[in-house]
Amino acid sequence: MSAVIAVQLDEGSTSTVEAPVREEEAKVKEEIDVPWQVVVHNDPVNLMTYVTMVFQRVFGYPREKAERHMLEVHQKGRSILWSGVRERAEFYVQQLHGYLLLASLEKVV
Amino acid sequence: MEICREGETLQISNLDPFLAELLRQIPISTNSNGAPDAEARLFSKPSGEQEMCAEWKSYVEPELRRLFRSAMETVAADLAQLNGNEKSFRNRTLRIPLEHADAWLNALNQARLVIATKNKFSDDELNDHDRSPIGSRRDLSLFQVNFYGFLQEFILREMGAG
Repeated sequence: MSAVIAVQLDEGSTSTVEAPVREEEAKVKEEIDVPWQVVVHNDPVNLMTYVTMVFQRVFGYPREKAERHMLEVHQKGRSILWSGVRERAEFYVQQLHGYLLLASLEKVV
Repeated sequence: MEICREGETLQISNLDPFLAELLRQIPISTNSNGAPDAEARLFSKPSGEQEMCAEWKSYVEPELRRLFRSAMETVAADLAQLNGNEKSFRNRTLRIPLEHADAWLNALNQARLVIATKNKFSDDELNDHDRSPIGSRRDLSLFQVNFYGFLQEFILREMGAG
């Protein structure tokens, strides 16, 4: 919602200007505040060893942690690899797509 | 066929013409043109949000295309060692510099995904490693996916990731 206020410019004339749009600001703030998560989805073609290596490389996870996530993807169909600010999450998803993994960004609910 | 590592080189030797041809097929197998499902798999959507997908297509997808093409070209250049007539494949050795290992993993993955998507292989088919001998074009494609997967496993092991 945007408010309109009247401003007197000269004697007898007025003009209207748009007040600062607070809703936009609120939306931007919300987008900054809401964490995003990086989700990797199961894909029967990608090899388990390959997926583990990709998790180690992209997130810097130790092998055991990377394997746990790989197994979660394999057994449950998806795993949340990381959550945090959107820009970083986008970066991770881009990296994962570069390795041809099925990955997406989701808002944390 | 024998496969081993010699220092900083991965070697595939004693190639028979059939396997050599499958290797030579890697670059062309990465081509998803005219196959919308395969194209969609190589360049998957990052989210369910339309706006984000549109931005992704404009800014990220071109980068991914460059990355995939570069990997494919590296592999194609290595495979030039196999150019020649069929008879000359006997005892031919393909040498892959270890520094090209990432490009090979990427190109092999592209090829496997494109072939699997074009053929709509089921999970059961992809997990059936004891399939009977090749009797159809589909069997050959599945063999190709498994053979490329075997090469990926070898490369990963020699990189210390397997």
